[in-house]
Amino acid sequence: MTWLDANREYVLDMLVQHLRLSVPAILASVLLAVVLGRVAWRWPRAGTVVLGAASLLYSVPALPLLIVIPVLLGIPLRSGLTLIVALAVYGTALLAGTAADAFRSVDPHVREAAEAMGYSRAGVLWRVDLPLAVPVLLSGVRVITVSTVSLVTIGALVGIPSLGNLLTDGFQRDIHAEIVTGVVATMLLAVVLDGLLVVLGRVVTPWRGTVPTGVTT
Amino acid sequence: MSLFADALAWIADGAHWGGPGGIDHRILQHLAVTFAAVGVAAVVAVPLGVLIGHTGRGRLVVVALAGAVRAVPTLGLLTLLGLALGIGIEAPLLALVALAFPSLLAGAYAGVESADRAAVDAARSVGMSEWQLVTRVELPLGADVLLGGVRAATLQVVATATLAAYISDTGLGRYLFAGLKARQYDEMLAGALLVAALALLLDLALAALQRASRPSTGKVPS
Amino acid sequence: MTRIPFRPTQVGLALVAAVSLTLTACGGESDPLSSGEGGGGGDTIVIGSQGYYSNEIIAEAYAQALEAADFDVERQFQIGQREAYLPEIEDGSIDLFPEYTGPLLQVWRPDTEARLADDVYAELEEAAAEKGLRVLDQSPATDQDSYVVTRAFAEKWGLETIDDLAKVTTPMTFGANSEAEHRPNGPQGLKETYGVDVAFTPIEDGGGPLTVKALEDGDIQLAIIYTADPSIKKNDLVTLEDTKGLFLASHVVPVASDDVSDEAAGIINKVSAAMSPEDLVDLDARSVDEELPAATIAKDWLEQEGLL
Repeated sequence: MTWLDANREYVLDMLVQHLRLSVPAILASVLLAVVLGRVAWRWPRAGTVVLGAASLLYSVPALPLLIVIPVLLGIPLRSGLTLIVALAVYGTALLAGTAADAFRSVDPHVREAAEAMGYSRAGVLWRVDLPLAVPVLLSGVRVITVSTVSLVTIGALVGIPSLGNLLTDGFQRDIHAEIVTGVVATMLLAVVLDGLLVVLGRVVTPWRGTVPTGVTT
Repeated sequence: MSLFADALAWIADGAHWGGPGGIDHRILQHLAVTFAAVGVAAVVAVPLGVLIGHTGRGRLVVVALAGAVRAVPTLGLLTLLGLALGIGIEAPLLALVALAFPSLLAGAYAGVESADRAAVDAARSVGMSEWQLVTRVELPLGADVLLGGVRAATLQVVATATLAAYISDTGLGRYLFAGLKARQYDEMLAGALLVAALALLLDLALAALQRASRPSTGKVPS
Repeated sequence: MTRIPFRPTQVGLALVAAVSLTLTACGGESDPLSSGEGGGGGDTIVIGSQGYYSNEIIAEAYAQALEAADFDVERQFQIGQREAYLPEIEDGSIDLFPEYTGPLLQVWRPDTEARLADDVYAELEEAAAEKGLRVLDQSPATDQDSYVVTRAFAEKWGLETIDDLAKVTTPMTFGANSEAEHRPNGPQGLKETYGVDVAFTPIEDGGGPLTVKALEDGDIQLAIIYTADPSIKKNDLVTLEDTKGLFLASHVVPVASDDVSDEAAGIINKVSAAMSPEDLVDLDARSVDEELPAATIAKDWLEQEGLL
């Protein structure tokens, strides 16, 4: 009986915890990045400041950010919310620039045509800008999805359960199979979420033939 | 915030400088680990990326592999390597090399690909060899994007090098773990601030380098 | 103009919302979003454990014994080291926690002079009461900090007790979790009590495989490994005798808040009484050698002892 057979329930449990931490963080990052990217696109000078500050946040290492957030927000250190906030900070920092680029990539003629057709400002945003910005935005979202899923594992160092627990526990007990399972499960999770995003991209932009591959630096 | 004030006071405290556990020593260690990791990764990643960008072959496979490597949680790599190699700097260094690899690779092939096609064609028609093409045209024109990859890789490594302290007595991460374990939050926050400051300085330096490498005429990629 | 049959953006958002709701619905046992708060309704007993597999097994045993008696239990395991979880025990967010008498007493009363098991326990009872907590009966099972060297090193320098370390003329490095650097049982205590100077290198695996490998590779000469750790016997390591009482007696003892009823306490006391020191070593060995999860090991042991 392999290690995995004996511990299947435990691995599944940790997988679910991992998902419950990654997905809200990714969603929050996308939301915040789109807002910030929109601001940066509309008001370029404020935008440079905003994007600069965002990328600064990315240079704060993960572990200390996890410690500082409970102090700043008054939430418990060991709560999942702390980790989600930290991950959202990183995700937003990484994605905001791409979001601004995404809005810039929309052909201004299309926007003008929509306005000429009588679309309101909100209508232009929802029916023209966002759908057309999706391809560029999606490539960025795919990158932060992978990095978020990978980073959730750090939570194990401060007692927030996730697949990272397989890494620290396997380390302590010298069970290589456990660590490898943790690594592979994390990577599989990232791949599956990435695939779902590709599908989502196709659904949301049915007029496109393909979605660009999303490996950006 | 009194906690930040405490952290700054901790850094300013003379007793924490000098000696093997001193702030100056740890900063040097941290920088050494960072440069070593990025350097070793670059030795393989950059030539490989240039090759891919120049010949246009193997892109899909390599991109997929690099994406997969990016998905590997560094903590997992670190613990596995640690069990195999024992304490010391070897295991964290290898894990950090793996971390730096994807960004360097992407920067290299994107950089070569970004070189103006017209310039490349012109150079080829003038009779330049492939090697001359790469070194005299593609690399200089693509240096900006390549350095962008170096910058991304360096930033990631500097922040993650704090994990090296989990299995070796190296770098600013020691302040994080020691402070966390002993509940001395001023020490921990001080470590965080030092790493962030270091990352910022490196980022600014590399950004300046990037700007300097841009072609003096024509479009400037963001 | 070709009409798209649906509104892409809205469909996309709907999909995302559906996925999020599904995730919220499928909950695991330990809800990461609620840790740090008092366990559910007044009847749920929140049991915590250290980031230490041996401690997790004991906590599992408590949990299963209570569940067998129809108590509601919430597990919050693998929290981390004492510095991380102690505040939560102290403020009542965690109701029950397996601890070790000596080290815990040293945290609450750093200057304590108690060394023997009963003295330590008596003082611990007082100290706990001061914090509004209580300690249940201590178990015969012990898991002690101990200083360990390789057999080769011990034979080379003729080492049997910690005092013998003074005989060593080559520089020594001490490896242990980073919290040992500031704890009384670390290099500072070694210097104060035995007058032995060592360099310190942190190894964060709690006397685990990395520490053992470091000893065997000669990267460190001295390490802290817990007495219940099967690796001492497996790797033929030598435990140095603590003649000057640097280490306090360290018996497994449950720390409980007032939310733990007398009935629950009674059940836990039965579990504690049933665990001998040899039992704990065997349980740990099962974890490391057979690579089984804590729940399985605890269940088997409880059934063996007739407690389930």
